[in-house]
Amino acid sequence: MDLTYSDAELAFQQEVRDFFEANLPMHISDAVRSGAEMTGELYQEYHRILSAKGWLATTWPKEYGGPGWTPVERHIFDVESSRYNAPRIVPFGLAMLGPVIQKFGNDRQKAEVLPRILSAEDWWCQGYSEPGAGSDLASLKTRADRDGDHYVVNGQKTWTTLGQYANKIFCLVRTKFDGKPQEGISFLLIDLDTPGIEMRPIRLIEGGHEVNEVFFTDVRVPVENLVGEENLGWTIAKFLLTHERTGIAGVGISMQALEELKALGRSVKRNGKPLIEDPLFAARVARVEIDLEAMKITNLRMLFQAQKQGHPGPETSILKIKGTQINQEIRDLARRALGPVAAPFPGHVTDGNLVLSPPDSQNNAARYFNNRKTSIFGGSNEIQRNILTKTMLEL
Amino acid sequence: MNFDLTEDRQMLADTLRRYLAEQYDIETRNKLAYDAPFHSAEKWSEMAELGIAGALVTEENGGFGGQGFDISVVFEALGRTLCPEPFLGALMASRLLGAAGADQESLVDGSVRYAVGISEIDAPYDVAFTETTATATDGTYVLNGRKSAVYGGQVADVILVVAKLDGKLGVFSVKAADANVVGYAMIDGAGAAELVLDNTPAELVLTGADAAIQDALNAGRLALCAEAVGAMEATYEILLDYLKTRKQFGVAIGKFQVLQHRTVDLLTEIEQSRSMVVGAAAALGDDDAALKIAMAKNLIGRAARQVAEEAIQMHGGIAMTWEYAVSHLAKRLIMLDHQLGDTDHCLTEVMNSYAA
Repeated sequence: MDLTYSDAELAFQQEVRDFFEANLPMHISDAVRSGAEMTGELYQEYHRILSAKGWLATTWPKEYGGPGWTPVERHIFDVESSRYNAPRIVPFGLAMLGPVIQKFGNDRQKAEVLPRILSAEDWWCQGYSEPGAGSDLASLKTRADRDGDHYVVNGQKTWTTLGQYANKIFCLVRTKFDGKPQEGISFLLIDLDTPGIEMRPIRLIEGGHEVNEVFFTDVRVPVENLVGEENLGWTIAKFLLTHERTGIAGVGISMQALEELKALGRSVKRNGKPLIEDPLFAARVARVEIDLEAMKITNLRMLFQAQKQGHPGPETSILKIKGTQINQEIRDLARRALGPVAAPFPGHVTDGNLVLSPPDSQNNAARYFNNRKTSIFGGSNEIQRNILTKTMLEL
Repeated sequence: MNFDLTEDRQMLADTLRRYLAEQYDIETRNKLAYDAPFHSAEKWSEMAELGIAGALVTEENGGFGGQGFDISVVFEALGRTLCPEPFLGALMASRLLGAAGADQESLVDGSVRYAVGISEIDAPYDVAFTETTATATDGTYVLNGRKSAVYGGQVADVILVVAKLDGKLGVFSVKAADANVVGYAMIDGAGAAELVLDNTPAELVLTGADAAIQDALNAGRLALCAEAVGAMEATYEILLDYLKTRKQFGVAIGKFQVLQHRTVDLLTEIEQSRSMVVGAAAALGDDDAALKIAMAKNLIGRAARQVAEEAIQMHGGIAMTWEYAVSHLAKRLIMLDHQLGDTDHCLTEVMNSYAA
């Protein structure tokens, strides 16, 4: 066992730091630090900066144009990018569809889809959940009926994150209507400017527009947009959910959020002293820091295990459950630390020039509420526990 | 012992619940709570006519209530519908004006809207650390400092401000028109204001006001606790209905034992919360009121967070949406804890009572 970075890893860490120092624009890191809702333009600007460096597809192997990083290098990038308040990389094309195409796509799909993800030309979004198919994804009803060399797609998808900025969507659709529900699902790539698609915003609890509903009415999709075999989409869906899970420990983001929380605790007062000296508050911070300390190592251990066996295993569900709990607890404390001045609804203050709370804290309550999503999306924490029950407990 | 409401209070509860159910469906409520002025002047007047403000004021001060159970009945009903009307300010102002023996006719009839300025950014819950000062000049007073989170301050006519005069806590009356009042919607709806005091003229209401301020805080905390119980019950009812009707994997999700047990835990916490409101209401005005009410607010702060977070989690994505009432109930349940002393502050007060 050796938990120290090698010389090469230290050099890589320095390279990442130098890169962010030199290339991350202030207006992007300011937006991330403030917790304001990110625009598609800011994401794309960041994506292009990474793309130019060849660092956009952090999980891709070299043969597909990725940097071919080791688990440790990915961890270093995760921690440093969060430390510099870089945005997260929008995962739908890079972390989700990319690996699917690499594993299940044909040569033509690899040639057409992957380079346009790498160059940040295409923005993919995800068409998985439906109003009646959330945790029970296999019960999805959006149908694709074969008509000559096209599928005709009808139905509704929901929770399509950042779909308002996307030009493409990958969807799970039903292509067979008898037998087990899992056996009749296919994986389709759809251009969002195809006639018959309508995207409507869903407003979230904190007021932001992050997710959408997508309606499909007689949408004609060329059959060559099928990935893998017809009716074998469930295999892809499961593969993809595992990939979605590996980055979800959110260690870098939680580490940065914890540092910001401590700084906030030093700057605000309770009972005439800095809040961080209040034993009850300090105990809450310490407890979550201890959990995070363990999670850093758990995350690395599991990344190494995944690399050794060639794919992430079911135990990565632990990363999702504990990682989201830790992040949600830190967001809870950042809200709590503000006391009454957590209340103002950003954008609903009659004099926008008056400063009501410490710098970069005005979105703390909104962030707390928004982050409740993390234990719901990507397979709710209840579903993760079901996976662990089945695979690890074998019950 | 008797745990039933008196006939009068039951009538008050029924009248108010009926009115609120008719007037504040969730769409209407959200529009009023988030669009300036973040409440409805018309409905405020109607509710004053129904006697809601009067129910918060003691008989000796010209009202017909003002006891702990009057307060809890009114605020529980307000909490169920997330009513954004500024009754908290009226209640707390009434306690302060009562201590000064001041006339409250305009408060009872709703013609003058009151708010109370206690919190400051560096003294959010702990009034002893108040930094706002009052200075006497030729028989009048001026105030300097800033008050944050003045609930209802965005539409108040008069704001009662806690400030230090010669190092001692006093209460001063400020006309909103004389002060710099920056209003805002809160993230959970309804309005508040930041009050910037820069040689702002004020009238003295009370000096040596520690006990009166504590009584106002006690009443306000009790109100928030009762409001939380109303909002928790409304949340619980929607959740239970959803568990029975939402199907996944071919069955109602309420058939899953993991959700059943967690919902039972919520039921337990809501029952405990209701008991704490009863205890706190009974204690208001007694010597141990501050302690009993701090206990209630700590327990209810914890319970409200559990109900809010679990209700969202068990619903799944739908409760993360603006369209669904649970998201608004959850925001209120969480943000209630930020008002007049949070769970940790109240726990500290209980802990401090152990010192000899």
